[in-house]
Amino acid sequence: MLVAGIDVGSTETKICVIKNGEWYHAAAPTGWKPRESGEKIYRELISRIDSAERADFVVATGYGRIALPFADRLVTEITCHARGGVVLVPKARMIIDIGGQDTKVIQVGPEGQVLDFLMNDRCAAGTGRFLQVIATSIGLDVEELDEIAAEKEPIALNSMCTVFAETEVIGLLASGADRGELVAGLQQAIAQRIGGMAKRLGISGTIAFTGGVAHSRGVQRRLQDLLNTDVVVSKDCQLAGAIGAALIAQDAIES
Amino acid sequence: MRPLIMETFDGLRQQNVLTVKEAKEKGKKVVGMYCLFSPQELVLAADALPVSLCGTKEDPIAAAEKVLPRNLCPLIKSSYGFAITDTCPYFFFSDLIVGETTCDGKKKMYEILQRVKPMHVMSLPQGPGKDELEWWERELLKFKQRLEQEFGVEITEEKLRQAIILVNRERTVMRELHQLAKNRPSPISGLDLLLALWLKGFNVDKEDGISLISRLVAEVKEIADKGKSPFAQDAPRILLTGCPVGIGSEKVIRIIEESGGSVVALENCSGYRSLDLLVDENPKKDPILALAEKYLEIPCSCLSPNPGRIEVVTRLARDYAADGVVDLTWQACHTFNVESYLIREHVRQTLGIPFLQIETDYSTADTQTLGVRIAAFLEMAREKKQ
Repeated sequence: MLVAGIDVGSTETKICVIKNGEWYHAAAPTGWKPRESGEKIYRELISRIDSAERADFVVATGYGRIALPFADRLVTEITCHARGGVVLVPKARMIIDIGGQDTKVIQVGPEGQVLDFLMNDRCAAGTGRFLQVIATSIGLDVEELDEIAAEKEPIALNSMCTVFAETEVIGLLASGADRGELVAGLQQAIAQRIGGMAKRLGISGTIAFTGGVAHSRGVQRRLQDLLNTDVVVSKDCQLAGAIGAALIAQDAIES
Repeated sequence: MRPLIMETFDGLRQQNVLTVKEAKEKGKKVVGMYCLFSPQELVLAADALPVSLCGTKEDPIAAAEKVLPRNLCPLIKSSYGFAITDTCPYFFFSDLIVGETTCDGKKKMYEILQRVKPMHVMSLPQGPGKDELEWWERELLKFKQRLEQEFGVEITEEKLRQAIILVNRERTVMRELHQLAKNRPSPISGLDLLLALWLKGFNVDKEDGISLISRLVAEVKEIADKGKSPFAQDAPRILLTGCPVGIGSEKVIRIIEESGGSVVALENCSGYRSLDLLVDENPKKDPILALAEKYLEIPCSCLSPNPGRIEVVTRLARDYAADGVVDLTWQACHTFNVESYLIREHVRQTLGIPFLQIETDYSTADTQTLGVRIAAFLEMAREKKQ
C-alpha cells in the first residue's frame, strides 16, 4: 500500500508518503505556483521509493490543496494537523500551529480528533511572515533571531499588525534599542497573542507546537512560560499536516 | 433538487416593488421597518402597508461610511447607506420609518437618518420583566397614536384583532415551512429557506404571501415524501444562530452548504426568532398587552438577560437533530459577540455538539479563511456524528 499526504502551505510544501508502514517525507518552498510545487514534490518522492506512477490514495491539505488535481480527497489543515500533531507528540491534547500566514490552536482527543479550534482572522499578525518581515527590517535572517534574543529581556511592543510593528521596530531601533531585546519582545508578543487563543479554548496537559515558527526556541520557551505547561516541539514539527494527511489517506484505503 | 416554485420567489423582489408602487399610487400609506421588534399588526390595523427596509447588501456601505464609522456593524451601515443613496425602493415609498432602540449603533444612526424621512423610534426596554413590559406597552400605545395622527385614521380594537390573526397565520405557515427541515435529510436547502422566509418582509399583500408559502410547503412536503433532498444523506446538519441574515449577506450559509453542510435551522431574525411565539388571540385580552408580551419575548441579544435564546437554541438543536451550531456575529455587534460565549458554553457542555463562532462583515475579503474554518468545522461535526 502506497499513500501520500501533501500539505501545500503558504511558504513550504510538505509531503509524507507511507509505503507498507514505512514513512518517507520531503519539503520544498511553495513559491508562487502551488500546483507545480505540489506535483513536483509528489512525483519526486514517489519515484524515489517505488516503481509506481502514483500513490493508491492522496490526501491534500493546506491553503493550496485545491490546486492539486491528482488528490483523491481534500481535508482542511485543522483536521490534518490535529491528526499529525498527536503522532509527533502522543501526549499532546492541544496543537498550536504557527505557519507562514496563519495561526491555529486545536484541542485534540487522544486519537487526534478535533474537539475545538480557533484560527486567527484575516491577517498575518504573529505568523512566520511577521517574523520574516521584522527580521528583514532589522537586517537579520530568521535563523539568527533566536541567538540574538537568547537571555534578553523583551521590550514591550504595542503593535501586532505586521505593517505597524515594522514601523514601531524601526522607531525603537532609531532611539537606540538593543536588537536582541527587540527580537525578544517580538517573540514575547507572538507568544502572548497565540497564548491568548489557547487560553480561550482551555489548556489541559501537553501542547504540541507545530509549523515553521515552532523551530524558534525563543517563541517555544516564552509560550511554555506563559501557559505554564509543556510545549513540545518535534524535530518534524513542520510535517504535522502532511503526516496527518497521509494517515487519513491510509484510513481511506483501509475502510 | 430545488422546489420549482422557488423560481417565483426569485422574482418576487422585483414584483413586490411594483406592487408597493401601485398600492402607493392608490393612496395606501407605507411604513418601513428595520427590525423584528416593529409591531406590524399596528401598521396593518392603520390600513397601511408594513414593509421591510433594505440593509443586507454590501453595495451602499461605502456611501454610509462617509457619515458612519467604518468600525460599525455592516447591517447598520448598509441600512443607512441604502436610505441615503435612494437605492432602496421600499425606503423611497415609505411615509414613515419605524425603528427601535435595540442596539447603540442603530439608535444613534436613527438620529441621523431622521433628517431624510419622518421617523418614529420606539424605546425598547433593556430586558424582560414586569416594569419593562409596562414600559413597552406604553411604547406600543405611542406608536399607535403616531400612526393615527400621521395617517388620520383610527386603529380600532376590531381592526387590531384582525391584524393579529392575520400575522399569526403568516407566522404559522412560515413555521410550518421551517419545520420541514426537520426531515432527514432536509428536503430544502438553508439558502432557499432563508430566501422564502426573508422575502415575507417585502411581501405587500399578506394573503398572497401566505398562499405562496403554503404552495411552497406543499411542494417541499412532496419532495420530503419522496425522500429527496439537495443534500447527501450524511451531510452534517447545522443550526445557524446569531445576527440577522438576508439575501446579500447570506455568505456564511452559502459557504456551509457549498462545503457539504445542510443548514436545517435558522435561529435569527429572518428565521425562527419571530416564528416561535404567536400573539395571544384571546378576545378577552387587551390586544396591545398581547402584542407587548409577544414582542418582548423575542430572544434578541440586545435584551439583558436573554435566557430565551439559550432555550430556543437548545430546542431547535434537539428538534432538528443538529450536528453543529454556527453562531454568526457581524463585525462590531457587541451584544451578539459577547453573548456568543454563553451560547458556546451551553452548546458544548449541555448539547455536546461542536460550536463555531464566525465574526465577519458583508464583504468577500475573508471568503477563503472562512472556507477553511467552516470546512474544518464540518469535518469535526461529521466525525462526531459517526
